[in-house]
Amino acid sequence: MSELTLTVMRLGFLAVLWLFVIVAVQVIRSDLFGTRVTQRGARRDGGRPPAARPTREAPPQQRGGAAGRQRRGAPTRLVVAEGTLAGTTVALQGQTITLGRAHDSTIVLDDDYASSKHARIYPDRDGQWIVEDLGSTNGTYLDRTRLTTPTPIPLGAPIRIGKTVIELRK
Amino acid sequence: MSSTHTTHTAHTSTIGSIGTPSRRNTELALLVFAVVIPVFAYANVGLAINDSVPPGLLSYGLGLGLLAGVGHLVVRKFAPYADPLLLPLATLMNGLGLVVIWRLDQSPRLQQRAEDLFGAFSPDAPKQLMYSALGIAFFAVILIVLKDHRILQRYTYISMVVALVLLVAPVFFPAVNGAKIWISIGGFTIQPGEFAKIIIAIFFSGYLMVKRDALALASRRFMGLYLPRGRDLGPIITVWAMSLLILVFETDLGTSLLFFGMFVVVLYVATERTSWIVFGLLMSAVGAVGVASFEPHVQSRVAAWLHPFSDKVIAQTGSDQVAQSLMAFGSGGVLGTGLGQGNSDLIGFAANSDFIFATFGEELGLAGVMAVLLIYGLIVERGIRTALAARDPFGKLLAVGLSSAFAIQVFVVGGGVMGLIPLSGMTMPFVAYGGSSVIANWALIGILIRISDTARRPAPTPATNPDAEMTQVVRP
Repeated sequence: MSELTLTVMRLGFLAVLWLFVIVAVQVIRSDLFGTRVTQRGARRDGGRPPAARPTREAPPQQRGGAAGRQRRGAPTRLVVAEGTLAGTTVALQGQTITLGRAHDSTIVLDDDYASSKHARIYPDRDGQWIVEDLGSTNGTYLDRTRLTTPTPIPLGAPIRIGKTVIELRK
Repeated sequence: MSSTHTTHTAHTSTIGSIGTPSRRNTELALLVFAVVIPVFAYANVGLAINDSVPPGLLSYGLGLGLLAGVGHLVVRKFAPYADPLLLPLATLMNGLGLVVIWRLDQSPRLQQRAEDLFGAFSPDAPKQLMYSALGIAFFAVILIVLKDHRILQRYTYISMVVALVLLVAPVFFPAVNGAKIWISIGGFTIQPGEFAKIIIAIFFSGYLMVKRDALALASRRFMGLYLPRGRDLGPIITVWAMSLLILVFETDLGTSLLFFGMFVVVLYVATERTSWIVFGLLMSAVGAVGVASFEPHVQSRVAAWLHPFSDKVIAQTGSDQVAQSLMAFGSGGVLGTGLGQGNSDLIGFAANSDFIFATFGEELGLAGVMAVLLIYGLIVERGIRTALAARDPFGKLLAVGLSSAFAIQVFVVGGGVMGLIPLSGMTMPFVAYGGSSVIANWALIGILIRISDTARRPAPTPATNPDAEMTQVVRP
């Protein structure tokens, strides 16, 4: 093989290798421009409308009717819809879910308005999921009402703890 | 959203991308690129050595392409939102490693050496291709079985026990070439340290996630440093003692450095206290000097590092590997001698495993070495980026632990063969010959891809409530 061909291949190979590195860096350019940082304690100066979800009165009594409908409509997962943990999901498998800042909570809330043991979500005997406030400082809200007693959770109703919103979904 | 008013950052911040989260087609395009480059290199080596395109070009290209394709399909199916760069970068390094191992297989010097020592020469490249296939298979199994990386958190203490067993096991097997890092089971030799690094990362992140508040907050401030309480020093002293024991009983400098370094990095990330870094550096300096004062294996490594060209040291250590490696890097110059045209096979023993980087240095030159190091840097960067994007603290720490283990390993091996630090018997991830190393590194990439898939998955949109729809109350 001629010297020239080998020199061209040698330089060509280095060029291709560097081209790969440059292409790879181009792919991650979006990391530098246009990222969204969610920070604990970040002040939101009205940049985002405060969760203008239409609140509907979903009477908890509706579950009393047919047991079959209850089973069909039972939620299977818990979703954090807003707050620093937005996007986190937890599968509902009949276990009690504790919420709070304490490290042994199922969902460790990183919310300035949350207490260390803030609330718990558990299934009662019929399999209906109940939310109970555990004597938190700032309260737990189901839709807009502050909880005082253990309350059944309708599917999709927002549970608010500080800036965190949790929903049960199918 | 304006966050310009924010004055403090917290370790729980997450950074998410605004663009489209799934980048699978980008990944596919990069993968094609990452398969074409090694095939080009393979043809180049063949033309340089034998004046002809190597006959195995098609099967080699198809083999590597098939592996990459399987990896891509598994990611597309089981981790659709994963980072688009990790798989192509790892594939490229694996492919380049295969080419260089094949190139060293063609060396008459190494063939002669193997015949003198073992009576026969067997090429390593086909074996490495098989290990790569096993690695990809392991990668696929991890992505299919491990649906959520948080499951690993349940096995925090089990992984501690497993990692300890893996680390201690080589003591009971005979030393191979002066280092006790191998165990042999039924004809197979395994390097358990490679797997232990992943398992111990799980333990460190699970343990520090629970303990980080105690370690970060209960401390006194002294001269700008937070001094931890005596009892909180317990874990770091335990890990320190363990890494020193590995150094003394297994004479394995690399593994010992890797574990202690990874622990300090994860500890720092978990607690945000600079004092841990200071303590870690002090303790490793004390430990290294202490062990070097009585351990002959370590002493000879240090001597070979300080005086690589001295005849006395070469006679004493019985090998001129470090000197040959430095000569290889030097003769490569800026642009290298070209693939297949160097003399890095003079290194002799371990030329295609521990010292494979010297071949890169000679045949691709500084330009090639920089590109290779940048590719490693990008893999580490994607790991750290995954940690930034992860929502759960365990995933954050695990991603940091795994990518720092990867980074430390590249530093320890690269620094060793370049004469920056004393040489230690570790392998360059993906490129060096060795089954345990390739398989363990593919597993590491698999876990990182799983975490990045969870982290980059878009937040579910708030669903309307179908039940409430039906039972709407109409108020007058």
